[in-house]
Amino acid sequence: MDAILLQVLNGLDKGAAYALIALGLTLVFGTLGVVNFAHGALFMFGAFCAVTLEKVLTISTKVKDESITFFEAYKEVPILEANFPVVGGFIVDWSVPFAILLAIPVMLIIGLVMERGLIRHFYNRPHADQILVTFGLAIVAQEIIRHYFGANPIPQLAPDAFAGAAPIGELFGLGKNVVYPWWRLVYLGFATLIIGGVFAFLQFTTFGMVVRAGMQDRETVGLLGINIQRRFTIVFALAAVVAGLAGVMYTPILPPNYHMGMDFLVLSFVVVVVGGMGSLGGAVLAGFLLGILQSFASMTEVKSIVPGIDQIIIYLVAVVVLLVRPRGLLGRKGVMED
Amino acid sequence: MSVTGRTPSALADWILMVLFAAAVLTMPWWLAPFGANYPDLMQKFAIYGVFAVGFNLLFGLTGYLSFGHAAFLGVGSYTAVWCFKLLTMNVLPALVASVVVAGIFAFLIGFVSLRRSGIYFSILTLAFAQMSYNLAYSVLTPITNGETGLQLSLSDPRVVDSALGVEVTRSLPSTTFFGIKMSGISGFYFCAVVLIIAFFVALRITRSPFGMMLKAIKSNQTRMKYTGFNTRPYLIWAFVISGMYAGLAGALLSITDPLAGAERMQWTASGEVVLMTILGGVGTMIGPVLGAALIKYLENIFSAINTGELTRMLSWVPEGMQDFAVSTVGLFVGDGWHLTLGLMFMIVVVFLPGGIMEGVRRIARLFSRRKAGPVEPPRATNIATAGEGGA
Repeated sequence: MDAILLQVLNGLDKGAAYALIALGLTLVFGTLGVVNFAHGALFMFGAFCAVTLEKVLTISTKVKDESITFFEAYKEVPILEANFPVVGGFIVDWSVPFAILLAIPVMLIIGLVMERGLIRHFYNRPHADQILVTFGLAIVAQEIIRHYFGANPIPQLAPDAFAGAAPIGELFGLGKNVVYPWWRLVYLGFATLIIGGVFAFLQFTTFGMVVRAGMQDRETVGLLGINIQRRFTIVFALAAVVAGLAGVMYTPILPPNYHMGMDFLVLSFVVVVVGGMGSLGGAVLAGFLLGILQSFASMTEVKSIVPGIDQIIIYLVAVVVLLVRPRGLLGRKGVMED
Repeated sequence: MSVTGRTPSALADWILMVLFAAAVLTMPWWLAPFGANYPDLMQKFAIYGVFAVGFNLLFGLTGYLSFGHAAFLGVGSYTAVWCFKLLTMNVLPALVASVVVAGIFAFLIGFVSLRRSGIYFSILTLAFAQMSYNLAYSVLTPITNGETGLQLSLSDPRVVDSALGVEVTRSLPSTTFFGIKMSGISGFYFCAVVLIIAFFVALRITRSPFGMMLKAIKSNQTRMKYTGFNTRPYLIWAFVISGMYAGLAGALLSITDPLAGAERMQWTASGEVVLMTILGGVGTMIGPVLGAALIKYLENIFSAINTGELTRMLSWVPEGMQDFAVSTVGLFVGDGWHLTLGLMFMIVVVFLPGGIMEGVRRIARLFSRRKAGPVEPPRATNIATAGEGGA
């Protein structure tokens, strides 16, 4: 029982990342009708926003180390911390959450530039062309990151307050073995918040209503005198922000590297397909589901029965779903069913 | 596919074939001014040419965009190396075995993937290729030798060779074609001949009724189905043939360098062959070969430039600007070669969807505008060619 709960928990945080990326992919596909292979790059850009902020905040000076009294010793201390010991130290410690503030405007701009500069020329081109051009863009993005940040993963630390593991088992009376890193809990909460926010935005605001109407029937909405194109562009930027924030908060879980975008993209695409192309709920559901499945498949007990299953489980599920239920778990009838 | 919607005559095809063969075989001479006339590089031209020609048979004719073709290349490579390890260093059995195994593999994947079309097909093939790649790295390590890559060793049995009494050398034996060592220039000529044969077969397939059928599927599959054709067998065959080409290319890679690694199966490798085909011109005969050669050539040039060399090359830039110039250009060369590749990818898709061949055609049209009547743009020809499909 404990083991099962643990695996579910382990799967949830990865699933949350899949769900957030897949949500953006689905939004873009549902509104603009574009298959965006560069969406993983947005996730990566978000993660590197956190890296950049951390680098900037921790630009260091040499300060005399008082703890060593035998000889003159110096240690590196971030300028911020040296000048404002309390506030500065706090900001440096909390650099990952603070990176959200940096990531929102940055991702908005990247999203808008990408949509206006490239994607809009591809609305009416075949899906193959869209795939190809965004694939090229994804390569360019990852190579730029590699050029400036190197090929090695750059570990990021969660704030000290969230270091260590939460004794979930004790809280719920399930035995002491069930522990779960605090930061992953935070990530789960954050992801839930974002997903809830996006759904609420689409469901309860006028803007969201227009967007949903546009997803149903773009032409009619346009004929009603609404500039649907502009709204879709904003939706694209929104999707970029969602992916970026998912990346920012994921950095303490997975040290960001230049190919993380591609790694997550392929899986997120599979998630979208499993959930149902164009179905937002499906994307979220499938994201969590596949995350949990993957985590179960990497249990040693499972691996001893079917070796290598952890490597292929997601793809296997995708293949089965596509063949048995082509429109995906929650896909609408007739949408991209072929 | 011809631009004017008219099938070129048999004579034109033979002329094309002869010119192509001549161009390929004389590569060592006419590539000399480009500094690309050494065997290693020319082998790559030929091998990736085979790969791209095969890919084009699927993507160019049927319009089905596979993002998993590198899997077949990898399977072909592994099969060939295993042949060298177990049977003989002669390349012929390895070639045949690779093509057969890759074909079977392609049949299995195609049988499942081709139940869907469009983007779903792309994602399915991508999923299968990633599955193969992940498996090659993990569970299948006994077969693939994981990250190290599969290579020859002195303790390999090589049953046929030892039965025939080929003397055992102390160093690793090299691949041979009935005694001709497959290294250096002879290796290139072997690949070149294979490319010419592969090209010839692809040409015949394209011009055959079968090829017509594939083009018809691309232009309007629904209509094909209503006319009473079952398109599925045609698609599966196209996929299998295309997979066999990839397997052949994989075998050639192993023949020129008997080392097979899983990174050949990664999806970026699949993306590369897509780019080769697109860059040259989807659906044209020569295009994919041109695209493959161009990319391998540029890769060779760009990735060889390091910072020191760059500084020397940019020594004419004014003093203050030099560091900036070096770092900017440095983005695109050396390790950054993939950036250039990605940019090329985008530029071609955005501005020249028909690839080099369309560029050539556009230029040719400029010169012969008065003579030729209005020429249909390539995208509009689909229906015109489809009409001849049933014949």
